[in-house]
Amino acid sequence: MKKLMSGNAAAGEAAVLAGCTCYFGYPITPQNELTEYMAKRVPEAGGVFIQSESEIAAINMVLGASVAGARAMTSSSGPGISLKQEGISYLAADELPAVILNMVRGGPGMGNISPAQSDYLQATRGGGHGDYRTIVLAPSSVQEIADLMPLAFDLAEKYRNPVVVLGDGMLGQMMEPVEFDHIKKPEPVAKDYILTGAKGRPSRMVRSLIFDVKEQEEHNWKLARKFQRIEQNEVRYETHLVDDAELVVIAYGTAARIAKGAIARLRQEGLKVGMIRPITLWPFPTKIIQETSKTIHDFFVFEMSAGQLVEDVKLSLEGKGRVHFYGRPGGVIPTPVELFRIISRHCYQIQRVKKS
Amino acid sequence: MVTQATKGYIEIDQERCKGCSFCIEYCPKKAIFLTDKLNLKGYFVATYKEGNGCTGCAICAIVCPEVAIEVYRGGTA
Amino acid sequence: MKKVYSRPKSLKPAHFHYCPGCGHSIVNRLIAEVIDEMNLGDKIICVAPAGCGMLIYNYFDVDCLESAHGRGAAVATGIKRVRPDNLVVSYQGDGDLAAIGTAESFHAANRGENITIIFVNNGVYGMTGGQMAPTTILDQVTTTTPVGRISEKAGHPVRMCEVLAVLDGTSYLERVAVHKPAAIVATKKALVKAFQHQMNKTGFSMVEILSPCPTNWKMDPLQACKWVEDVMSKQFPIGLVKEVQC
Repeated sequence: MKKLMSGNAAAGEAAVLAGCTCYFGYPITPQNELTEYMAKRVPEAGGVFIQSESEIAAINMVLGASVAGARAMTSSSGPGISLKQEGISYLAADELPAVILNMVRGGPGMGNISPAQSDYLQATRGGGHGDYRTIVLAPSSVQEIADLMPLAFDLAEKYRNPVVVLGDGMLGQMMEPVEFDHIKKPEPVAKDYILTGAKGRPSRMVRSLIFDVKEQEEHNWKLARKFQRIEQNEVRYETHLVDDAELVVIAYGTAARIAKGAIARLRQEGLKVGMIRPITLWPFPTKIIQETSKTIHDFFVFEMSAGQLVEDVKLSLEGKGRVHFYGRPGGVIPTPVELFRIISRHCYQIQRVKKS
Repeated sequence: MVTQATKGYIEIDQERCKGCSFCIEYCPKKAIFLTDKLNLKGYFVATYKEGNGCTGCAICAIVCPEVAIEVYRGGTA
Repeated sequence: MKKVYSRPKSLKPAHFHYCPGCGHSIVNRLIAEVIDEMNLGDKIICVAPAGCGMLIYNYFDVDCLESAHGRGAAVATGIKRVRPDNLVVSYQGDGDLAAIGTAESFHAANRGENITIIFVNNGVYGMTGGQMAPTTILDQVTTTTPVGRISEKAGHPVRMCEVLAVLDGTSYLERVAVHKPAAIVATKKALVKAFQHQMNKTGFSMVEILSPCPTNWKMDPLQACKWVEDVMSKQFPIGLVKEVQC
């Protein structure tokens, strides 16, 4: 049965259904509906909800709950995520699972509370100190938020690494019909790394301080090998009308949704435009972009930030193909018509070049 | 090694000792001394001297930061 | 003869890394003794701080987590809420608890989290080389207060037990010391009491331990103990600060 829900509430419901028993958070717009939803829903389901004194405390409570064996999450938006980066780095170093949801707003600094994608690099590069990555999932609808939350918890536990779900203020606050019936409670798994009190087994320690540089290097390489495995196995993306396209839009999240609207209009005009929508921002869908570049030479990167996603597209293409960029940072919400105008100009330019 | 008159004695793990002198300061019988012997860590270590009337009161062990002292008490050895 | 004192079972064989005469070593041993005597080895989960106490997981043969600097009370909260039947103990120094982690400590106390903090107060940042701590007393010379701590410029020493005592969530707060045999015995009793409070779910418990740091105080170990007695304990009065019915 479908329910009409905001993206924030849907994220909370999906998390609880996926076995999240601990939520720790601090209010910040535009994700407050999630904290409020969890304040009611998590205790109902027998779990732990704490409105923490700060974002830093929240992420460290997540770390504590995770090391105690629970599925734990926190959520925030830009400025709050910056504060959480300390804990995210420790989670990655300690190899502990956790889910962090970021409903991005305009930045930097205090910025505003309007939807943006300006935390792309922060999320995909780890964000905190040290040599680590976080898996980053980017939904583009309320239903997809509900679909990706359980996956986020599964991946976090499978790889013992923090997973970031990167939405934006629009996705968090808009309401759409959403279905949860497909979400199954996870089977309890034995975790041999958690702290439960050393009953009937040798004592365990979870730490990230490694004075010995050789040991620390080995720990770093161990993490790097894990990140390689994630890059090999966990890339997710959606292709849309790519087969006959002359130009491929690359966009994620809300931007991809706006782009889809623009592409419908472009197709009506007979302009062959398709789209690759990364669902995992890290690991980035490099291979599909490289393969597409064998037949299609023009890529149009559209993001609600001032040139972050475009870096990954250029890295993926390794100099092959032409990369066009259109960004609207600062919390501006572009329209499909606006994008239609910009992309059609590029299409006509491509056609002119082809003719000459 | 232990005489009949002694009520207790201690053993000091000299490789753990860091020569802080707490045991020497607080021993009511003054039965512990600092030596000029260096251990592997490079500290002058404390040593127990029998015959000074050790009672096995364990104050030395209570103040020893390194948990380097074991205490024996009661009866004959 | 009968062995009347030997190494506690919950201490691993590792040698302590602490400097000669350091109070941390004594506190570590006392915690291990209490774990043994109260039979808590399979129940306790320790949280290690950043600072000199951070390597406690190399010494305690029990489950241990190392937390980020100052976040001990927050991670302990997370653990305790998931595992209310375990004994969760956060070991913290003065910088950790009362400077960078003030918010976490204060609010865990205010929520009345059923956790125990063992707060080792030696008035300096030991591991980083003896800089000023929130508990450095006035006129005390450290590497960042070269002419002594001056209140107009660097504030006043923080009495954390008294600060937390005003919060309704705290159930047991006692200040003890490890600079002489009687004080050490009292410290052990305070640890037992704090753990009992946690097991009885009465709320937040903390034992503040005045602890000599001969290296950074630039004293020999015996002088450092005397300084705790003559100077430090005047600023931080030893004794029970708060206890609710256990």
